[in-house]
Amino acid sequence: MINFFEVNETNQMIEKENLDVRTITLGISLLDCIDSDPARLNQKIYAKIYDAAKDLVKTGEEISHEFGIPIVNKRISVTPIALVGGAACHTAEDFASVAETLDRVAKEVGVNFIGGYSALVSKGMTAADELLIRSIPLALSSTERVCSSVNLGSTRTGINMDAVKLMGEVIRQTAEYTKEDDSLGCAKLVVFCNAPDDNPFMAGAFHGVTEADKVINVGVSGPGVVKTALEKVRGENFEVLCETIKKTAFKVTRVGQLVAQEASKLLKVPFGIVDLSLAPTPAIGDSVADILCEIGLEYAGAPGTTAALALLNDQVKKGGVMASSYVGGLSGAFIPVSEDQGMIDAVSAGALTLEKLEAMTCVCSVGLDMIAIPGDTRATTISGIIADEMAIGMVNQKTTAVRIIPVIGKGVGETVEFGGLLGYAPIMPVNPFSCDAFVNRGGRIPAPIHSFKN
Amino acid sequence: MKKTIITVVGKDTVGIIARVCTYLAENNINILDISQTIVQGYFNMMMVVDTNEAYKQFGDMADELEALGQQIGVVIKCQKEEIFDQMHRI
Repeated sequence: MINFFEVNETNQMIEKENLDVRTITLGISLLDCIDSDPARLNQKIYAKIYDAAKDLVKTGEEISHEFGIPIVNKRISVTPIALVGGAACHTAEDFASVAETLDRVAKEVGVNFIGGYSALVSKGMTAADELLIRSIPLALSSTERVCSSVNLGSTRTGINMDAVKLMGEVIRQTAEYTKEDDSLGCAKLVVFCNAPDDNPFMAGAFHGVTEADKVINVGVSGPGVVKTALEKVRGENFEVLCETIKKTAFKVTRVGQLVAQEASKLLKVPFGIVDLSLAPTPAIGDSVADILCEIGLEYAGAPGTTAALALLNDQVKKGGVMASSYVGGLSGAFIPVSEDQGMIDAVSAGALTLEKLEAMTCVCSVGLDMIAIPGDTRATTISGIIADEMAIGMVNQKTTAVRIIPVIGKGVGETVEFGGLLGYAPIMPVNPFSCDAFVNRGGRIPAPIHSFKN
Repeated sequence: MKKTIITVVGKDTVGIIARVCTYLAENNINILDISQTIVQGYFNMMMVVDTNEAYKQFGDMADELEALGQQIGVVIKCQKEEIFDQMHRI
């Protein structure tokens, strides 16, 4: 039988170390909503999502109550709208009307984000894909809870540089459209290389076309739990360090697995995956950067950071994989800047630069995340940053992403406040030299060779 | 059997166990195990109970126990056993 010590340990993790289930995300296929008439399309989308998700929030709260574990977010991901809306939408406004429908139904069922205003263009863009991408600034500025993502490349197809160029412009335009709110629209827009079909985390969640009609995906989190566990092994060697992370990740993931199974049972929706993640929040003690410091760095960004992050990421996976029957999504440590107090401190102290963050993305989950840059950064420079990050993902056969926010009207030295889970960030300097001629070439970067690995 | 873990933590005072047990008895909840210690004046108790025949829904029971805790001046948490089992048993 469970003993006193074990019960206390679990409750200590929840109460003092910010252990929580970060999100239950309900994936819903909208392929059966396709229609040639925009009004009917919107109607069908609303009806399908409402019907599938009406009990999601209530069920999440019930599970949270029964086990005494906070479930922070309940969210929805849908089939990429470029595929669903292709037959009906002939203008950017048509696509934006679908975004408004998504926003409306998200508010009605009480979820805080709905993802899937997306296009998958890793090799080429259809007319619908391009139209959706061009409608993103309008869609994100006229809605509150809709999240958008675009897959720009993959290890198998290479990088679609036409789309990379276009996204540089779209990100700038989204920033302009939402400049009253410190360019908040860009916080809901992410571009990927090798985007996973079953990611439960925003802003990049969408319901892939290879998925079932509905599916439950769960993202766990517990940077504070790992940090506290590591405080007890200060000065020990790497073997002890790694074992400690692995065991802690196992425990954290087990909670996610339990919640996922329970949600699947109550909602009568199949269980998809658990995303093994260390996802920070701006709350004190809920920081991935603090774990890096606990491993032995003065600040995240100091020499040794990439190695420390690599071992952290790997041990989280090793511990988590055994704890869950199905693992997927992004799975790894997230390193967003604005959502992690330790990262913010590192940037403010001058320890962490955009270039070091880029190196860190080679060894951990996702990529350049929630980074505020000066509002006068050129579109081609943003495209160049995206291309670099996509290349890392393409060559290393991993998911990489860019969620970067050019804050209109602000420059280096100022800070920007997004509020809530999105946090705040000091604006980081960007390399000022031009890559115009590179970005303007057009076309595709071919897929990399899969042999002769060095 | 559906087991529930009740934890009670807070400043020690007269009658904590009595009041919690009275509530459980009134609601047809059987106590299977109790362990309790006092660390530096702080009362710390864990109970394993069987809620199969309970008169009330789990959510209501958890809320009422929490309210009872506030009256006594301690924190009472009520959680299904699975969360501990999952985390600490392979």
